[in-house]
Amino acid sequence: MSTTSINALVDAEQGSSLWRDAWLRLSRNRPALAGFAVLTLFVLVAILTPWVAPYDYAQQNLELGATPPSADHWLGTDIFGRDLLTQIMYGGRISLAVGFIATAVALLIGVSWGAIAGYMGGRIDAVMMRLVDILYALPFMIFIVLLMVVFGRNMLLLFLAIGAVEWLTMARIMRAQVQSLRQQEFVEAAVSLGLSPLAIIWRHVIPNALGPIIVYTTLTVPSVMLLEAFLSFLGLGVQPPETSWGLLISFGTETMEEYPWLLFFPGLVLAITLFALNFLGDGLRDALDVRGAKD
Amino acid sequence: MWRFIGSRLLQAIPVLLVVITVTFFLVRVAPGGPFSSEKAVTPEVKAALEAQYRLDRPVLEQYIAYLGDLIRGDLGPSFKYPGRSVNELIAAGFPVTAELALYALLVALLIGVGAGVVASLRPNTAQDYIPMSAAMIGICIPSLLLGPLLILVFGIYLDWLPVSGWGDMPGDKILPAITLGAVYAAYIARLSRAGMLEVMTQDYIRTARAKGIPEWRVVVVHGLRGGLTPVVAFLGPAFAGLLSGSFVVETIFQVPGLGRFYVQAAFNRDYTMILGATVFLSSLIVVFNLLSDVLNAWMNPRLRSRAGQNT
Repeated sequence: MSTTSINALVDAEQGSSLWRDAWLRLSRNRPALAGFAVLTLFVLVAILTPWVAPYDYAQQNLELGATPPSADHWLGTDIFGRDLLTQIMYGGRISLAVGFIATAVALLIGVSWGAIAGYMGGRIDAVMMRLVDILYALPFMIFIVLLMVVFGRNMLLLFLAIGAVEWLTMARIMRAQVQSLRQQEFVEAAVSLGLSPLAIIWRHVIPNALGPIIVYTTLTVPSVMLLEAFLSFLGLGVQPPETSWGLLISFGTETMEEYPWLLFFPGLVLAITLFALNFLGDGLRDALDVRGAKD
Repeated sequence: MWRFIGSRLLQAIPVLLVVITVTFFLVRVAPGGPFSSEKAVTPEVKAALEAQYRLDRPVLEQYIAYLGDLIRGDLGPSFKYPGRSVNELIAAGFPVTAELALYALLVALLIGVGAGVVASLRPNTAQDYIPMSAAMIGICIPSLLLGPLLILVFGIYLDWLPVSGWGDMPGDKILPAITLGAVYAAYIARLSRAGMLEVMTQDYIRTARAKGIPEWRVVVVHGLRGGLTPVVAFLGPAFAGLLSGSFVVETIFQVPGLGRFYVQAAFNRDYTMILGATVFLSSLIVVFNLLSDVLNAWMNPRLRSRAGQNT
């Protein structure tokens, strides 16, 4: 057999791999791709905001006041004469950061918790998952409001509180995956080779359980962003002079009769982001063939 | 069945105890005492106030006394409204919130199940895509955005409906109920579509059709019972969501419900009110999760044995 035909064989084999298949299915899913493109754009803009924002964040122009969209201010200005597009860009930095960082916190806690419980089994598993059951029954929204009241409206706390709430489902999914995986021969082989449980979980179990985790992560980001918007709307989340989309919507609501664009544009951006994340999540679920990740 | 209910009830008790304990100690470690804002208070008055609210005793003693009060159903006095108890405030606010949540749930169920079933009858046609796209829109427009938009369109531009209040003017309950229910309508539509799609391909449906039962009866009588199990399972979490969602909706529409009290208590640092309302809402949510589980087990007997085994 020549080298080229071996390469062709390798290619053919890769062609049928789970990830390649999933990628093919995803690339045929237009809404999911569009969602991915929009998200990439928003994230890039958020990262580059200090350099690409058309105006200075804090620059007020009280004489100008609130003006509708114009050539100078594409999305108009708020009652202090601040450029709305700039406000939305800076708000997006915080809204997206909350979305991604809180999800990362949830991912870290949930995956480790579920993997350890599922792999250890027995009494450790029973205790760990009982705790998850108990936490599941708590009304978390109320608890986050409580936390924000008790500890002041601290951004770091907001990240942690939301992340600490959202890891439960992740832990359950991970545990179910691990339980079915640890029966399999390659894990038994790794055990008989003398690998430590931690190494087995990290090297063999987690990579094989990635599909559902990726899908659920994508679907967690929008619910986290909603939580942040919800808290900021009530005045319990992000505080001025910082801003976020939820806070902009809240201010827009106060003056929506006279200046509807102040409500409309931040709302539109939030809705588009949620659409993009949901479409991408649904697309990934179909592509990776994950059942029952969310509904 | 009774054993199932009993075991679920037993599980609810530790959950509630965790809620009460965590809330109690969180509130106690909160920076700034409840009376620190009132500068004019003399030390004697302050001491008297603290004695009245038992704040001069050790925390553990306060906790045990609070638990004792709770068992008697007493949530304590409000810090901010002297002379009013948390019980009174909850009694004033909760009926309003419950009514709002009930209407929202009705809106969600009617629209959601209707849309989901209609969509499931002809999958992958316009009859499926249109309601399901609407559901996607419903999921992506949160209540904090939908509420103001509805006010702007129906309250201000068209001037069809009142935009605030509760029971003061005819029709002022419509917009809050829709705002609160919309997201759940969307989720229920997706759940009932998926449930119906799965059920309608099963053998017993084919048998029903073969017996010559009219199609609407097959769908409504035979299909719905199995197809709606995921919806029933969703009702518990949905109710929890409706209660906390009412925080935003009551704020937008100025509805004098428990949600608005809670948010105001949060701003005023009315710790006893926060503590009492948290305990009250949590118990309610735990009870509703329980009811939803029981209803689900009743509709789907297979769940009873499974739940008995691993939880």
